[in-house]
Amino acid sequence: MLHEPEHAVVVEDLVRTFGSVEALRGVSLRAERGAVLGLLGPNGAGKTTVVRILTTLLRPTSGRAEVLGLDVERDAAELRSRIALSGQFAAVDTLLTGRENLVMVGELYRVGAAEARRRAADLLERFDLSDAADRMAKTYSGGMHRRLDLAAALVARPEVLFLDEPTTGLDPRSRIGLWEIIRELVDEGTTLLLTTQYLEEADRLADRIAVIDSGLVIAEGTADDLKSRVGGDVLELRTGAGDHLRQAAAALAGAGFDGEPALETDTASLRLPVTGGDVLARVVRVLDAQGIEVVELALHRPTLDDVFLALTGHGAEDQAVAKPRRGRRGRGAPPAEAVSR
Amino acid sequence: MSAPALQESVRTVRAPTGPQWIVRDSMVMVRRYLLHSYRQPELIVFSTIQPVMFVILFRYVFGGAIHTGADYVDYLMPGIFVQTTVFNALLTGLGLAYDLQAGIIERFKSLPMSRSAVLIGRNLTDMLRNVFVILLMLAVGYLVGFRIHGGVVATIGAILLIVVFGFAFQWISALIGVAVRNPEAVQSAGFIWVFPLTFLSSAFVPTGSISPAWLQSIAVHNPFTVTVNAVRQLLMGDEARHIAGLGTDPTANVLIALAWTVGLLVVFVPLAVRGYRRLS
Repeated sequence: MLHEPEHAVVVEDLVRTFGSVEALRGVSLRAERGAVLGLLGPNGAGKTTVVRILTTLLRPTSGRAEVLGLDVERDAAELRSRIALSGQFAAVDTLLTGRENLVMVGELYRVGAAEARRRAADLLERFDLSDAADRMAKTYSGGMHRRLDLAAALVARPEVLFLDEPTTGLDPRSRIGLWEIIRELVDEGTTLLLTTQYLEEADRLADRIAVIDSGLVIAEGTADDLKSRVGGDVLELRTGAGDHLRQAAAALAGAGFDGEPALETDTASLRLPVTGGDVLARVVRVLDAQGIEVVELALHRPTLDDVFLALTGHGAEDQAVAKPRRGRRGRGAPPAEAVSR
Repeated sequence: MSAPALQESVRTVRAPTGPQWIVRDSMVMVRRYLLHSYRQPELIVFSTIQPVMFVILFRYVFGGAIHTGADYVDYLMPGIFVQTTVFNALLTGLGLAYDLQAGIIERFKSLPMSRSAVLIGRNLTDMLRNVFVILLMLAVGYLVGFRIHGGVVATIGAILLIVVFGFAFQWISALIGVAVRNPEAVQSAGFIWVFPLTFLSSAFVPTGSISPAWLQSIAVHNPFTVTVNAVRQLLMGDEARHIAGLGTDPTANVLIALAWTVGLLVVFVPLAVRGYRRLS
C-alpha cells in the first residue's frame, strides 16, 4: 500500500451474487490515474453493482477490487475518505438548502466547519447554484438536483470520483450542461469512473469504455474501437406495406454490403451496418431494381444498440437477429487491446 | 476568493478518525434533523394533536366511568405523557425509512463518517422533540384541570424518566425502520407493538379492573405500566395514596423503570446499529 499504484481502479474477476442471481460473473477492469473509464451497458447489466462495490457500499462475493491501492473491504474506512460517489438517484437532503447540504457533507468528510463553508460557497458558484444556494433543495429542478449532488461529491476533493448514470432522466439541455461540468473536472485531472446507458455520453466523456452485459465485460477500448466493430455507420430503412421489408432484407443481404441486415419487426424497419461514401446510392439502386417501395431511409452513427448488436448478437434490450462482425480498425486510436500489461 | 482548482486537492490528507468523531458526526446529524423539524412544523403539531385528543376523550368521555380513587385527570395525565413519548418513538423509525427511501443514507454510507452517527443523531433529536412535546402536554393538562402535587425535584425526575424511557423505545423503532425500510410498512408495524403496549397497562384504567387474570398479569408487569406508575407517584406526591395498591414511595417503580430502560438500550442500540451497517 505504500507504493503509488499506477492504476486508480483495479478489478479482477469480480463476482457478486444476490441469492441465486449472478449480478457480476467475473468482471475485470482497470482505470489509470487521471483517466476516465466509462462503464457502458443496458439496465441490469451490473454497472451499478460494480460502482457500489468500489465505493464500499456492497461487499463482493469473490474477486479483487482495489481503488487507489486500497482493498474495498479491508481498507474501506480509509478508502471512503479519498473517493466520492454521485449516484443515479440524486441523494441530497431536500429539506436542507443547497448550501446546508454541501456544508453537511464537508463536515462529515471532516474537513472542518470553516473549510466546509468555504468549499460549499465555491462549488455553488462553480455549478451555477449561487442564486438558489439558500433555498430548500426540494424547490430545485431535476438538473439543479444533479448538479447539487455532484457538487456534494466534490466537497471532499476526491482522488477518484464515481458517477453512476449522472444524466439518466435529464432533459437534453441539462444533460449537456452536466457534461460540460464533468469534462472540466476531467481536464483538471480527476480520475473518473462513469456508468452510462448512452453511447454518446461515454463517447463524449470517457477515454476508455468497458461494455458490460449480463454481469460480464464483453468489450473494452476507446469509443472509436467500439464503433469500428459495428463497421462505421448504420443504415436504417422502412418500407411500404406487405412483404417489402423482407424482400428488402433479402436483396440487401445478397448485395455485398459489409454486414447482415437486421429486421426489427415491431418498428417495421431494417438496420444494416455499412461503410463507404456511396452506400446510400447503392442501397437505393438495389431496392429500386427490385421495385421495393422505401418510406424512410437514414444513415446514422452507431448507437449503443448497434454496438450491442455487433458485440452480442442482440440489442441492448434483447432481440437476437443478425450478427454482423467486423475486424477492428484503429482509426488512429490505439487498438482495443484489453487493459492487461 | 476564486474557485479553486480541484487539482490542489489530489493527495489530500485523509479524514481524521477517533472516538471523538462519533460525537462530532452525531452533532452534524442533530443539526440536520433539527432543521427538518424546524422546516416541518406540522410534524410537531400532529404529534401533539393526537395526545390532546386522547386527553379530551379520557378526561371528558370515559373518565366519568373510570374509578381510580384519585382525581381522574391527575391519574390520567402521567399515562398520557408516557404514551405520547412512546407513540412519538415511532417517528424515529419512520424518519429513517424515509431517509433510506430518499437515498441520502446511501450517501452517508459512502462518507468516512461514523457508522452510528445517523442513528445517534436521529434519536437525540427525537428525544429533544419529546422534551418539548411533554412540556406542551403539561400545559394542556393544566388547562383541563391537571395539577402537579409532587415537588420540583420529583417533577424534573418524572420528565427525565419519561424522556429516557421514550429514548429506549426510539431505538426499537430505529431497528424496525432499518429492518423494514418501507415507510408505510414501518408505520403499520409500529402500531402493532405500540398499541397493545400502551393500552394493556395502567395508563388509563387501574390494572385491577383488567380481566381475565392472565391479561391483568401482563398489564401489571408491562414496563409501560411500571413507568407510568413511577411518573404518577412522582407527579402526584401524597395524592398517590388514594390509588389502590400504588403507594406514595416511587423508589421501587423508578428503579424498575430505569432497569427496563437500560435493558432495552443494551439490547436494541447494538441491534439497530448493526441493522444500519448492514443496509445495502
